Amino acid sequence: MGFFAKISSGLKKTKEAIKRRLFEAFSMKELDDEFFDELEEALITADVGIDATETLLERLRDEIYENRITKPDDARELFKKILIESIDFEIEDFSYPLVILLSGVNGVGKTTAIGKLANMFKLQGKSVVVAAADTFRAAASEQLEVWGERAGVRVVHHGEGSDPAAVVFDAIASAKARGTDVVLIDTAGRLHNKKNLMEELKKICRVVARELPDADFRKYIVLDATTGQNAVSQAEVFSEDIDVDGIILTKLDGTAKGGVVIAIAEQLSLPVLYVGVGEKIDDLIPFDANDFIDVLLDEE
Amino acid sequence: MGIFQNLSERIANVFEKMKNKGRLTELEIKQAMREIRIALLEADVNYAVVKSFIQSVSEKALHEEILKSLTPAQQVVKIVNEELTDLMGTKNAKLAVASNPPTIIMMCGLQGAGKTTMCGKLAGMLKKQGKNVLLCACDIYRPAAITQLQVVGKKAGVEVFEKGQIAPVKIAKEAIKYANKNAFDTVIVDTAGRLHIDEQLMDELVELKKELKPHEILLVVDSMTGQDAVTVADTFNKTLDITGVVLTKLDGDTRGGAALSIRAVTSKPIKFSGIGEKLEDIEAFHPDRMASRILGMGDVLTLIEKAESAFNEEDAKNLQKKLKQNSFTLEDYLEQLENMKKMGNLSNVLNMIPGMSNKLKGVDTEVDEKKIKHTKAIIQSMTVKERRNPDIIKASQRKRIAKGSGTSIQEVNQLLKQFEMSKTMMSRMAKNKGKLPF
Ligand SMILES: Nc1nc2c(ncn2[C@@H]2O[C@H](COP(=O)(O)OP(=O)(O)OP(=O)(O)O)[C@@H](O)[C@H]2O)c(=O)[nH]1
Ligand SMILES: [Mg+2]
Repeated sequence: MGFFAKISSGLKKTKEAIKRRLFEAFSMKELDDEFFDELEEALITADVGIDATETLLERLRDEIYENRITKPDDARELFKKILIESIDFEIEDFSYPLVILLSGVNGVGKTTAIGKLANMFKLQGKSVVVAAADTFRAAASEQLEVWGERAGVRVVHHGEGSDPAAVVFDAIASAKARGTDVVLIDTAGRLHNKKNLMEELKKICRVVARELPDADFRKYIVLDATTGQNAVSQAEVFSEDIDVDGIILTKLDGTAKGGVVIAIAEQLSLPVLYVGVGEKIDDLIPFDANDFIDVLLDEE
Repeated sequence: MGIFQNLSERIANVFEKMKNKGRLTELEIKQAMREIRIALLEADVNYAVVKSFIQSVSEKALHEEILKSLTPAQQVVKIVNEELTDLMGTKNAKLAVASNPPTIIMMCGLQGAGKTTMCGKLAGMLKKQGKNVLLCACDIYRPAAITQLQVVGKKAGVEVFEKGQIAPVKIAKEAIKYANKNAFDTVIVDTAGRLHIDEQLMDELVELKKELKPHEILLVVDSMTGQDAVTVADTFNKTLDITGVVLTKLDGDTRGGAALSIRAVTSKPIKFSGIGEKLEDIEAFHPDRMASRILGMGDVLTLIEKAESAFNEEDAKNLQKKLKQNSFTLEDYLEQLENMKKMGNLSNVLNMIPGMSNKLKGVDTEVDEKKIKHTKAIIQSMTVKERRNPDIIKASQRKRIAKGSGTSIQEVNQLLKQFEMSKTMMSRMAKNKGKLPF
């Protein structure tokens, strides 16, 4: 509910929102080429990408045929169902001790999401420590420290240019010593085509696996909803390199729809766990496939 | 990457199917246009922009000459490429200079686009050009944004003006006063990232503009942006009348279709690109390179030139014959490798071939003298039979060959893998009469 309310309030502000296109498509009289063209346009404009769009429309065509549907209006519920199914995943509950690592390219919102997650766990009564493993970007650990203060959690950091794996090691040592429930790891933004930086990330993961072999270790990739088809490439490579468990989709308070996560779900079966809908500490919401598709289809 | 089939290949496929039917028809051009459309959409060019682009290219492509041409695929790709390069604009990295200094440059854009980093890069670049630059910190919202600008400024060796978290308009006003008093000739103003639909924060930029009267308002855009790039660029442009665009994170593997979308809706020049995280990683924007990048063609033109100078016609004919008879051996491979050396680094060359880069993942394609020497040694450690038919080389033979050549089994494996790849690539070239596969 909160998710939907926040996003739709953002949407209302835009004149350009993917509009009523889908609505228009569905209120047409016939299931002709024009109908499918309208659907195609709506999906592509939402960054679903041409490949996934074609797959989804193919699926819709099949079901329309199988169910002998002749009216666009009836196709609407069907299409919604197809879309929801494509991104609805069963997610295993967390167990503790829990380690969450956030990865992703530069500027997508990793550090902010760490702050929001810290706050979320804190509110659930868990103890939290954050590892400032972005030792590269200017003022990254200062930024994280502000978030640590806001959430009221400890932040472990070393100096700029130090070894990120060592920061993680220390944070875990501290968590072990104090019996902390949750370790959150903020990493430096890195483009997935930079091999040495991806190696660094693997090393961090090895440290976690070695130091806390029995912990629940989740690795998420943070994606910016404004990103286009390159997000598929990002998810693909991060998954290959560190076996990502899921996605945090940020900046959904803008006008971009983040439809690329549908392409990613189709191709890599990666679920979205949380969405970011603003810059405040409580602007992180568990992902809900129904709401997401409602917003994508611009329905209320 | 993997999922993108190359445009040139696709168009070639369309025409391939019609090959035996003689001349091309309008229908075939239409099908080629469909492939171009897919390529552009995959590259994140905005849906509406693609539509009008295809329309204008279709008109050009329907000319007689192309329909009659023996190499219609090339012709079509050429037209598309030219048209796209045209749309991308001319190289225009010049920044306005105030007749009455200081020159004021204001940066703006969405959250996480790379404004602060770009401020540092511009400052570093201008300083090298002999300017006396002042950076001004007006991002009072994001935690540690001011500190980040200070660190960046220090690296660039320029002073940073900041007043903590007071109203940005006040900071800007004082910064200009300070610049005047201290003879700074350039002021670069960093602003907070904001959503284009955040009216309050967009108003703040309007106020800043009023106060600063900047000579440049640069919109910083992430090159990985998707379909929404048009909305974002259009809103910023309408609100602020920007003077130019900076495209960041181009060192990634994005096709960067947003560049085209932004040009289309704002018609403002793209002035610079960010190509890395370091201070020096800034360059003038190259419209022509962007065009072929969006099309996913690699640097095909350069490759053609290089290939033509490395292989003479006779070589090509011989090679073609061998490939046809399936008698391309490791000995031929060695010879080709020597030829390749003339063309430069193999991975560069292979990456230029449409559809090739995704097949190269995990394969070491670096060619250097030492490697060729090793390759020679490995091949020479094989029996003639093995050289002619590498399929018979099993594990035990590999061990022997490695030992004999003073290399490792991995190296032998790698060579065999590379051989297979080259064979595939070359037979593709052969199929196209020694021409490249499109
Ligand atoms: N509107 C909006 N802005 C966000 C959201 N999440 C993050 N941001 C903003 O995006 C910008 C970048 O966020 P960061 O958290 O610094 O991103 P990062 O991935 O840690 O960046 P690097 O460490 O530099 O790679 C900041 O200005 C954030 O306030 C969101 O959900 N909505
Ligand atoms: Mg960060």
